This record gives sequence, C-alpha cells and structure tokens, in this order.
Amino acid sequence: MEILQLTVSGLANGCIYGLIALGFVLIYKATEQVNFAQGDMMMLGAFLAVGLGNADWLGMPFLVACAGAVAGMAAVGWSMERLVLRRIFGQSQVTVVILTIALGFVLRFVAGLVWGHEPLSLENPLAGSNARFAGLVLGLDEVAVIVVTLLLTGLLFVFFNRSRLGIAMQASSQNQLAAYYMGIPVRRIHGLTWALAGAIAAIAGILFATKGSIDPSAGLLGIKAFAAAVIGGFGSLPGALLGGLLVGLSEPFAARFIAAGYSQIIPYALLIVVLLLRPQGLFSQVMGKKV
Amino acid sequence: MRFRFKEHYDQDIRLFADLADGLRYGSLLLGAVLLPFVLDDFLLGEATSVVIWAIAGMGLMLLTGHAGQVSLGHAAFLALGCYVNAILMNSFGLPFPLAFLLAGVISGLCGVAVAIPALRLHGLYLAIATLALSMLTEDIIVLAEPWTGGVIGLTAPTPEIAGLVIDRYAAPDLFYWLCLGVAVLVTLGYRNLLRSPLGRAFIAIRDSEISAQAAGISLARTKAAAFGLSCMVTGWAGALMGHFFYSFNHEVFTIILSIQLLLMIVIGGLGSIHGAWYGAVIVGLIPQAINLVRDAVGTVAVPGLETSLFSVLIVLFVLYEPHGLHGRLTKWKVWLDLFPFCRRDMFRRQKSYLRTERFR
Repeated sequence: MEILQLTVSGLANGCIYGLIALGFVLIYKATEQVNFAQGDMMMLGAFLAVGLGNADWLGMPFLVACAGAVAGMAAVGWSMERLVLRRIFGQSQVTVVILTIALGFVLRFVAGLVWGHEPLSLENPLAGSNARFAGLVLGLDEVAVIVVTLLLTGLLFVFFNRSRLGIAMQASSQNQLAAYYMGIPVRRIHGLTWALAGAIAAIAGILFATKGSIDPSAGLLGIKAFAAAVIGGFGSLPGALLGGLLVGLSEPFAARFIAAGYSQIIPYALLIVVLLLRPQGLFSQVMGKKV
Repeated sequence: MRFRFKEHYDQDIRLFADLADGLRYGSLLLGAVLLPFVLDDFLLGEATSVVIWAIAGMGLMLLTGHAGQVSLGHAAFLALGCYVNAILMNSFGLPFPLAFLLAGVISGLCGVAVAIPALRLHGLYLAIATLALSMLTEDIIVLAEPWTGGVIGLTAPTPEIAGLVIDRYAAPDLFYWLCLGVAVLVTLGYRNLLRSPLGRAFIAIRDSEISAQAAGISLARTKAAAFGLSCMVTGWAGALMGHFFYSFNHEVFTIILSIQLLLMIVIGGLGSIHGAWYGAVIVGLIPQAINLVRDAVGTVAVPGLETSLFSVLIVLFVLYEPHGLHGRLTKWKVWLDLFPFCRRDMFRRQKSYLRTERFR
C-alpha cells in the first residue's frame, strides 16, 4: 500500500515535470531553440493565476482566472519571441541558451517584485477533497494533474503529427532555409510556438500551484524538468512525459528507500547515466540522413 | 589613422604588438599593483573579488571562448579547488603554496576525467551534462560530510608563504597582491598557450571540428587538454575564493554561480582574454553602481535587483553586441585606427540559418 501511495504522489509530481518538459520539447521541436526560461514561465503563469483568482488579489472565479493566466502567458511567450529571440534568428543554440537563462532571471525578478517572495498558494475548488479508491487516498488535485497531463500530451502529439501547422513546425526546425523555400512563414511559426509553450507553461504552473505553493524561485524546478526532457529524448513529446514520470517516481522512492538526501541527486544521476549510455535519450529523435 | 606593416612573421605571435602596446599593459599592471595604496579596505576587498572572478573567468574562457565547449558546470570545479585546498591545509597540514598548487592540479585531473565521457557529447548536450554536474555538486558536498563538513562547511586557514602571514582581514593588501600575482601568472600563461600549437588547436576545434580533424588535430586529446587546463585554473580561482570568503559551505557553489560565470564571460566577450577581465570588472561594479544609485535616490533594497540588472545587460549584449565588451572596444579601436576609412558594414554578420542536429 505504501508503495502504491508513493507511486501516486510520484506520478503527480512527475506529471508536473512532464508538463514543463513538454514546453521545452515543443519549442525545441518547432524552432530548434532551447528555452531555459520555461521553468520561470511556469512560475509566472502560476502567479498570474494567483493574481487573478485569489481573494486577496482580484478574486475572479477559478476557471476565469485559469483562462486568463493561460492567455496571459501565451501573450508573454509570443512577445518574448517577437521582441527578443527573433533578433537572433538563425544563430547557434548556445546563444539562445544564454539569452533564455538571462530572460528567466528577469521574469523571476518581475514576479518577485509584483507578488513578493513569500510562498503563495492558489485557491481552488479541488483543494482538500480526496477520492478514495480501493483503500488508496488520492487528492483530487493529484488526479487532476495526471488527467490534464495525459490529455495535453495526447493532444500535442496528434497536433504535431497530423495537423498542417504541426508538420510545418517540424519542418521549420529541421531546416530553416528549406522551410522558407517551401513557403512556410518560419518566423510567424516561431511566434506561434512560443505562444503555445507559454500557454502550456501556464497550465503546468496552475497545476503546480493547486498542489502546493509557489514562490519566485520555483522556476528552478525547470532544471529538473529539463533533465526529464533530456532523459526522454529531447524532441519527443511522449519521451518528455516518460522522462518526467521517471524523474518524478525516482524521487519519493529514493527518499524512502535510500536516504532523504539522495532524492535530490537521483534525477541528475539518471540524466548523466542516460547521456553517457544513450545521449539521444530514451525515445531517440536522431535519425540518419538519407542520401 | 595608423599603419602597421608586417615585416616579420614573429609579429603575429609577439606578446605585445608594439612598444606602445607593451607600455599600456605595463602601466595597467603598475596601476593594479599600486591599488592598495589608494583604496580603503572595503574597496580593496571588492578589487580582490574582481581579480578572483577574472581568474575563474579565464578558466572558463579557455574552455568556452577558445575551445568552444560550453560548460554550465564550472561552479563544481570552483568548489573542488576550494575544498581540496582547505582540506589539504586543514587535515594534512600542507603549507599553502603546495596545497594551492595541488588544488589546481587535482581539479584539472578531475576536469580530464569529466572530459573523457563528455567527448561523446557536443554543443547543447555537453552544456546539459555539465549542468547536471553543477546541480549534483551542492548535494555531493552535503553528503560527503566527513571531508566537507556538510551543511556547516569549512573555514579556510590563513595562508602563509615563507613566513609571511597573508591574513585576508588583517592584511588585505597582501591578500590582494597574492591574488593579483596568481592572476598575472595565469594571464601570461594563457597568452602563451594561445601562441602555442595547442592553443591554436583549441581555436581550430571551436571553429570547425571537421576541418580541425582534417588538419591532423586529435579531437579527444585536445578537448581533454582544454578541460584539464580550464578546470585547473578554475580550481585555483576556487582555492582563492575559499580564502576570500574565509568560511564557506555548499550554498556558495550553486548552479547560479556557474551561470553567472558563463554570463560574465559572454558580457566581457567570448574568445578573448580581455573578455574575462572586462566581465569580472562588470560583475564587480554592478553592486557598487546599485549602491550609488540607491544612496542618491534613497529607495529601499529590492531583492534580486543585481542579478536582473546583470541579466538585462546580457540580453542587450547578446542582441546588439554579440562579441561583448571586448568586441565593442575593438570596433572603436579599429574605427580610430582606420579613420576616416572605416566602413559601416565592416563587422556585419553574415545571415545564417539553423539546421537541426537531430539528422546526421
């Protein structure tokens, strides 16, 4: 029973990591850029929801606040691409890494300035209610996290592989110049991708804030989610979810069966092992070029 | 307007381009040596910290700026140098010069040990692996409590060279000169390295691994050498940092430190020794500038202002001056040297398009 309970809490945490990792992968898959500010975007999304929904702030109804946060973060993501990243279009990935790290610091500062550095929790209708299932006590918020993550991953997977826009996104990352020749508006696609990633970050943030509390440094969680994305195979959507779940599950079990201090180490140790044995990740996206 | 004719092949690799150049750097060094007679103890401490940052920056610059291997994990090697130096002096009773040297050498060897598996990774994935290394450092320090003192940390003993006690608080000028001496030696060594075949191999690898290989450069050996040398210098910076902080624990060597180090050399200008120094000066000056503004305006402290100002600077530099402060100054110098013949598009970047690394 204890193992099951650990599994469920690990799954719920893993889904949050998976959701942030989805944001990473989405941007990587569509623009070949790596967004190190994804964790901070998640944090900002959660704070937007808190600012709109909590009684101390604007006090809107929960769902309206969520929709507002998602829309707001989509706007933030779009404007980050439009105002900053578009100027270094076509430059190496490392430049983008440095730029997004810096942007992440700025977002953290803004959040700290507006919402303060005290941990805040998002008031929501699910808080405190439990579902009992075959002797297991599940928090409804944990169930919600798992369900929303699975839905979102499935939707994005279908979107990328079936829809016209999704395929255009993949093309524009594989070869920007060739995509231009095929008539794909690469820059506009980049903007759209960043808006989508911002929206996903907001959803992850809302789920995170319903489960626990949020403070400006919560964005550092992004690094763990980043590890998850790499473990799963950078560029693969199901891989991101799987990596997130692996990381999420490894933590409570390591804390329970090895020692408390080791739960922090496990994700990164896992990452290093995967990078050494299978650098392309579990769901490899590296393909040989056809000549 | 100035002409510089090349009359001899040695001119390309001379330490100083001409007499004026040598005099400039000489007077700069003289000014740096005389600094303790001008500044008070607090500002001298800040200057010392700038010098230590410059050493660490040169360590990372060698790896990232010249060999082209991006590392987000250099805080790990700062920590390694810092702890090894303190442990060797505390537990093994080694004299400071020996412990200091060994701290660098051990960090360098660990750097080579990291490089060997890292040879399989490149670009983004190398950055990720070093990032993981950096995240692990903090926890490993806590777990390795018997040596590192865990959460409580260690205190660095007072260094002593040939009977001269260099106490960071009682004799800040001596400590400053110690750091400056190390920094000057590292700078000279770095400059010399760049003139050697190994240094040119680093640059060749950075610019194109394939053409470097075609020119007969062993990728594995050169990358391992880059990691080793870079981590050695970083380890020395870490050892000095330990003495500078006096007492330290795992919280000093976070991922933020790694990131700050990387951002610092980007601001300074990747691919130049100058860049490491400029970056260190900027990092040292920002808090002072904020203090000045705060005194003038009289507002209360805003947490995180320093980092975010720094980040905004980074964004501006990456967008408008990708070669950093050094690049900007070089451009001004070229403009002056060529006046009035400098053309606007002289430094224009070529338009480039990105292709995925997932298809090979």
